[in-house]
Amino acid sequence: MPTIKIPPVLRPSVGGEREVTAEGENVRAVLASLVAAHPATESQLFSADGQLNRYVNVYLNDEDVRVLDGLDTAVGAQDVLVILPAMAGGS
Amino acid sequence: MGARELENRPCGGRYADVVQSIGNTPLVELRQLSPKPGVRIWAKLESRNPTGSVKDRVARSMLEDAEEKGAIAPGQVILEPTSGNTGISLAMLCKLKGYPLKVVMPDNVTVERTQLLQMWGAEIISSEGAKGSNGAVELALELAAADSRYYMPYQYGNEANPRAHYDGTALEILEELDSVAAFVAGLGTGGTLMGNGRRLKEVLGDSVKIVAAEPMQGEPVQGLRSLDDGFIPPIIDLSLLDRKIFVTNRDAIVWTRKLLDEEGIFAGVSSGAIARVAARIAGELDEGNVVFIVADDGWRYLSSGVYTRPVEEIENLDSTLWW
Repeated sequence: MPTIKIPPVLRPSVGGEREVTAEGENVRAVLASLVAAHPATESQLFSADGQLNRYVNVYLNDEDVRVLDGLDTAVGAQDVLVILPAMAGGS
Repeated sequence: MGARELENRPCGGRYADVVQSIGNTPLVELRQLSPKPGVRIWAKLESRNPTGSVKDRVARSMLEDAEEKGAIAPGQVILEPTSGNTGISLAMLCKLKGYPLKVVMPDNVTVERTQLLQMWGAEIISSEGAKGSNGAVELALELAAADSRYYMPYQYGNEANPRAHYDGTALEILEELDSVAAFVAGLGTGGTLMGNGRRLKEVLGDSVKIVAAEPMQGEPVQGLRSLDDGFIPPIIDLSLLDRKIFVTNRDAIVWTRKLLDEEGIFAGVSSGAIARVAARIAGELDEGNVVFIVADDGWRYLSSGVYTRPVEEIENLDSTLWW
């Protein structure tokens, strides 16, 4: 089952866990499983139209799924989804 | 014995002053990092700019753009949020051009960045380190809104930032290489990736892959109250990117050392991260040129021990803002 790494800002919504596991064969399904287990995450992860919140970045292992196939990106049982807030980069 | 053909230019050019000498940086092949004979990795040494970073191009472009538009004149106070390099570049230019400069910078950057800013005469306004660059942007926007004396170039939203690369860096690369399979740069404001990416795609088409390497911010600098407090620089167009890959601080430092040990490139920590991604992309290709940006030199990170201590012994690995 894929693992999801939870950023500090989202941990209060998952009972303080740093990482959780969730079923699913693509990013959409894995996040749906997360929301089903922890409903408080839904409003943070998704906008009203069901798309990823623009300030949420989801990585398949270390690659941003937005420049892969978005929520349709396939996820394997050994993969890790990393959720990170979109923050200003240094410069 | 016949004369060996000169492949490099005999000198870096002749310029009227140091500002004019910004850019025209060397493109150096890194043979040790190349995973196979048909794939060549090239480092564009932006560390060779006058203040030691790629941001000299951006600072010059933004100030000259503002001057051309009549938005600033000598004496005008310039205000800018920065984690260091843009501030240092602006400080050099502002000192030469006669603009007082205030920079808003997180308080968890290396001490050298603070010293360089002071050296060039900039005033530093500290923002909360736990908020990373987000905190600096937020505070600078508040200050600019509250005081009309300030002119803020705002590198995160200023098209003169990517234009410095569209009209500069990318053309220099195309002048040296007939083909580029992949271009890799760090994702901060997005200026380097957008400017180079647009020009390279226009000239080479979709055969060139534009790849972003970004820092995986350590947990101590993810000080957001909510995900809605996130930030995406207005100049970024994600559709231009083919890949976007994060690198941990630890891996970035390991590869910064690798650049030094194997290729003699003394670069900053973000360049280590970018080199790591460049080598990975190179490993996925059968042939072609992979170009990556060495964003700054290593001098401004010396006090952190990244070049001399084992990675395990580097203090504040996750709470320092390395990029």
